[in-house]
Amino acid sequence: MSDTKIKIDSLYKIFGNKPKEALEYVKQGVGKDELLEKHNHVLGLSDINIDIEDKSIQVIMGLSGSGKSTLIRHINRLIEPTAGNVLVDGSDVLQYDEATLRDFRRTRTAMVFQRFALMPHMTILKNVSLGLELQGKKDDEILNSAMKWIEKVGLNGYEDRYPQHLSGGMQQRVGLARALTNDTDILLMDEAFSALDPLIRKDMQDILLNLQAELHKTVVFITHDLDEALKIGDRIAILKDGIMDQEGLPVDILLSPKTEYVSNFVEDVNRSRVLKAKHIMEKANGSDLSKGMPVDENDFIESFIDRVVAEKPELIVVQDSDKKNIGSLTSKRLSEVLKK
Amino acid sequence: MSFFSEIPTMGRESLRDFKKGIDLNFKEFSRNYGDGIEGFFDPLLMFLVWLEKLLVNSPWPLVILVLAGLAWIGSRNWKLVAGTIVCFMLIGYFGMWKDTMSTIAIISVATLVCISIGIPLGILMSRSRKLEAGITPILDVMQTVPSFVYLIPIIMLLGIGKVPGLIAVCIYAVPPIVRLTNLGIREVDKECLEAVDSFGATSWQRLTRVQMPLALPTIFAGVNQTIMMALAMVVIASMIGVRGLGVPVLRAVSNQYLALGMLNGLAIVALAIIFDRVSQQYGKRLQKHREGRNL
Repeated sequence: MSDTKIKIDSLYKIFGNKPKEALEYVKQGVGKDELLEKHNHVLGLSDINIDIEDKSIQVIMGLSGSGKSTLIRHINRLIEPTAGNVLVDGSDVLQYDEATLRDFRRTRTAMVFQRFALMPHMTILKNVSLGLELQGKKDDEILNSAMKWIEKVGLNGYEDRYPQHLSGGMQQRVGLARALTNDTDILLMDEAFSALDPLIRKDMQDILLNLQAELHKTVVFITHDLDEALKIGDRIAILKDGIMDQEGLPVDILLSPKTEYVSNFVEDVNRSRVLKAKHIMEKANGSDLSKGMPVDENDFIESFIDRVVAEKPELIVVQDSDKKNIGSLTSKRLSEVLKK
Repeated sequence: MSFFSEIPTMGRESLRDFKKGIDLNFKEFSRNYGDGIEGFFDPLLMFLVWLEKLLVNSPWPLVILVLAGLAWIGSRNWKLVAGTIVCFMLIGYFGMWKDTMSTIAIISVATLVCISIGIPLGILMSRSRKLEAGITPILDVMQTVPSFVYLIPIIMLLGIGKVPGLIAVCIYAVPPIVRLTNLGIREVDKECLEAVDSFGATSWQRLTRVQMPLALPTIFAGVNQTIMMALAMVVIASMIGVRGLGVPVLRAVSNQYLALGMLNGLAIVALAIIFDRVSQQYGKRLQKHREGRNL
C-alpha cells in the first residue's frame, strides 16, 4: 500500500534481564505463560505487523495486559523494542539518534494519556502550550495556537484554572488540546477516554470524530471497549497476550471473526447499532433498484429496522449521499445479519 | 582459655603507632594544604562578616522592619508578623540583640551554603541509583557522628574561627536538603514525565519544567529542616569561635548561670519558631495549585 503512514514490522518486546535470549525461545514458539514460568521473562509483544493507513483512525483493542499500551509507545519510542522495525513515512524511528528522536516527538507525534497526565502545577493555558514551549516557539505564536485549541475543545474561560479544578472529562479535553496544539500529523491516544463516565466518553468520541473530519490526522487509538472501537475505528486490530489476533475493517471483525477470542469479544455487540447499511448491502450490479425502500448508506440498521418491519418491503435500496442507488438488501439478509 | 575472656586486640604498641600515623599524616596534610583550603573559603568568610556587620550596625528599628517584612513576604500572616516583632523587641529588651544578629548571620549563610550544595547534589542523586546508594550512607554518617568528632579535623585544618564553625554547621545541616531533594524528584508522577518526554523535552527541560516545580514542596521541607538543624548547632559552633547566642549559653554552662542560659536558650527557640513557621507557610503557598476544587 502506498499510503501507509506507520508500518510496524515484526515487532517483539520482551521484558526481563536478557530479552535477546528470551526472544529466541519466543521465536521457537514458547508462549507467554511458559516464558514467564520457565525463563522469567514477560512477553509484551510478539510478531506484531500492522500497516496504519494515512489519515485514518486505527484502533488497537485488547484487554488489560494484552500489550496495547506497550505497542503504542513503540511508535514514539517511549519504549524500545526487543526486535523489529517501526517505520513512519518510510523512515525507521528506531535508527534516530537522541536529537532526531526529540525532533520527531516534537513535530510528528502527539500523545493523549489515559489518566490525562496534565502538569498539576501549570494552568490550563500553560498545559496546552507545553509542546510549543518545549520547542522554543515565540510567545505570541504559542498563545494564539493554545487559545485556538482551548476554544476548539470548548474550554474557553478556563485558561487560568489548574487541572485539579476541572472534572475528568474537562481534563481530558485539555489533554486533547495539548496534543492538537503541536500540529502533528500523528495522534497517539492511549485509552484516552477509558477513565471517563459513559456519557462524557460519548461526548469525547464525538469531539474526536468531528475534529478528525476536519483535521485528517493519522490516529492510533487504544481501547478495551469494543463499542468504542467500532464507533471510531476505520480499522481495528485485536491484541491478546501480545499477539495480534485479527486486524481489519470493523465490519469484518464483527461478521467474520477469525479466532474464538475475537468471536467471544464480538458476541454481545448490538449489531443493529454498529452496522451501517453500506456494510451489509449487496453491490448494485445492473439489476433494477427503482422499486424498494430507500435508505442512506450511512444509516445504522437500528435507524431503519422499524420501517422495514412496518412496510415489509421486498427490497431495501441503499443510496449514497447523492441519492444514487448503490446497492440493495433483502429482509432475509437483514435478519441473518442480526441473528448471527 | 584467655581467648574467651579477652577480646583479641591489635596490641597497645601497634595501636599507638596506628593512631600516631593517622595523626601525623593529617597534621602533615593540614600543614601543607591548610592555608590553601582556608583561602578557598575566604569569600565565604567575607560574606559572613559583611552580613554580620550589616545586621549588628544597622539601626534596630530598620532591622526589625526588614525581618517583619520578610516574615510577611513568607507567610502573608499578620499574627506571625506581630509575633516576630514582639520576639525581637523582647530579645533586644533582655540584652541579646547583638548575639541574635550574629546567630541570624551565620544561620543565613549556612542555609545558603547548604542549599547551593544540597539541591544540586540531591538532583544528581535522583538521576542515578548508584550515586544514591553511594551518597546515602555518607549522609547517614554526617547526621549521626557526634559533632565533636568532626570538629577535631576541622580545627586541625582550619583552626578556630568562623569558617570552621560554618563548616561544622553545614556538615550537620546539609543532609536533609540533599535527601528531600532526591526524594522529591523521585516522587514526581511518572505519567507527567512520560507526557513531557512524549512532547520531546530535553532532560534539562524535563528537570526545570516538571521535576523541580513538582518536587518544590518536598525540597522546601528540606530547606526548613536544614534551617532547624543549623540552629541546633549554634551552641556547638560557638565552642570553636563562632559568635552568637551560643557563646553566653556556653558561659552559662561553665559558670552555672541559670538565667543567662535560659534567656539565650529561649532566644534560640524564638528564632527557630519564627524561621520554621515562616518557611512552612511559604512552602504551603508554593503549592497554590493544590488548593481544593473551586469550580
